[in-house]
Amino acid sequence: MTEEKDDKKYTTISIPTPLAEKIKKRIKGTGFNSLSSYVTYVLREIISGTEEEPEEAFSKEDEEKIKNRLRALGYLD
Amino acid sequence: MPKPHGGKLIDRHVKKVPSGITDLPKFEINTNLAEDIENIAKGVFSPLEGFLCKNDLEKVLQEKRLEDDTPWTIPILLDFDKKEIKDIKEGDSVILTNTETGLLSILDVEEIYTFDKKTLAQSVYGTQDIDHPGVASVYNMKQLLLGGKVTLLESKTREFDEYNLAPKETRFLFKEKGWKEIVAFQTRNPPHIGHEYVQKTALTFVDGIFINPIIGKKKKGDFTDKVILASYETLMKYYYPKERVVMSILRTSMKYAGPREAIHHAIIRKNFGCTHFIVGRDHAGVGNYYDPYDAHAIFQEFPDLGITPVFFKSFFRCTKCDAVVNEKICPHEEKYHINFSGKKIRELLLNGKIPPENMMRKEVSETILKFDKPFVE
Repeated sequence: MTEEKDDKKYTTISIPTPLAEKIKKRIKGTGFNSLSSYVTYVLREIISGTEEEPEEAFSKEDEEKIKNRLRALGYLD
Repeated sequence: MPKPHGGKLIDRHVKKVPSGITDLPKFEINTNLAEDIENIAKGVFSPLEGFLCKNDLEKVLQEKRLEDDTPWTIPILLDFDKKEIKDIKEGDSVILTNTETGLLSILDVEEIYTFDKKTLAQSVYGTQDIDHPGVASVYNMKQLLLGGKVTLLESKTREFDEYNLAPKETRFLFKEKGWKEIVAFQTRNPPHIGHEYVQKTALTFVDGIFINPIIGKKKKGDFTDKVILASYETLMKYYYPKERVVMSILRTSMKYAGPREAIHHAIIRKNFGCTHFIVGRDHAGVGNYYDPYDAHAIFQEFPDLGITPVFFKSFFRCTKCDAVVNEKICPHEEKYHINFSGKKIRELLLNGKIPPENMMRKEVSETILKFDKPFVE
């Protein structure tokens, strides 16, 4: 996976050779033009699904303001 | 509910104007830029905290991502003339104002840099043709770009602000309503029957629909913002279950960047808390610059977008099916199809005539015709 040489933008990781060979076969004829592009795609998909959603924290005053506004629009009772 | 894009909902609005800002250099900017600042400050453009610096811009143009790998397709840029900012250097802070919106904001200038207009146009719009409105706006930009974080200090109440919910408000609302899955629909026109079918088909599979008209600068002959909002109010009143629909406006300019803009629009709706985004035919397209379904294909490049696109082909009425259908579900020849022509509906309304009820709801048509001037002059 050392197709890009720009040290700032890319890094090299190691995966088992048989796995790499399987992936190479699998991406033939697909839109993926390299092993790296496939692995990048899969990792992006995985990492985006594992990030936590931060809780919104409102002060009492802010929460009441928002509720009043939404009530005025008829969206809250 | 999806997390905000980039993981955090940005809030760069301060309630109290800090002292000591009166000595800062002050610049009046145009309304589009002022609206960009408001969108940054309220988290609509999360994770952006300001105007793009050079590394981010280059990555957006080349890879459709920010420097930290977050998907981002439309550069949010602040341009200035060399002469205007000859005394400004990196590290300075400046005041940015706009009379129309009452904007008062601070920009912390992180970087001042040049850019190539042709590269920008080609990357974002896929063309360098000056007839493309987005390309024309790039060619009209000034020579220098300023990157850096913005802070919103003040903005005045504007027309339609009662409909202008911020992402933190819509997220709060969706939670209060108990909606887990929300589909967003973007619009720039009053709804005809085809729009209603798209919306209701999508709504069938989720908890609620978020109708999000784009409000702002329009071309001559377009429906006015007032008409768009009133017509949707009418449709919602008579034909939507009240507990399943929310409408709020989005103040931003259309770029007509087709597929790239479809991703941008999806990101914005993710920040509002939506899980799904409706992408129709030729989304954000103009003329013949994009294939009608380029805006569908581009989503394959973003497994980490965090909002699910819902692709629709155009709905039409099939006289043989005797129903509103689309090409995926209708087996009949084109001669049986009647398209919902926005142009035809517009022509009828322009002449004070009510369009057929199988094209537009009567109540919606009547709402539009109540306006003396439903079109931009």
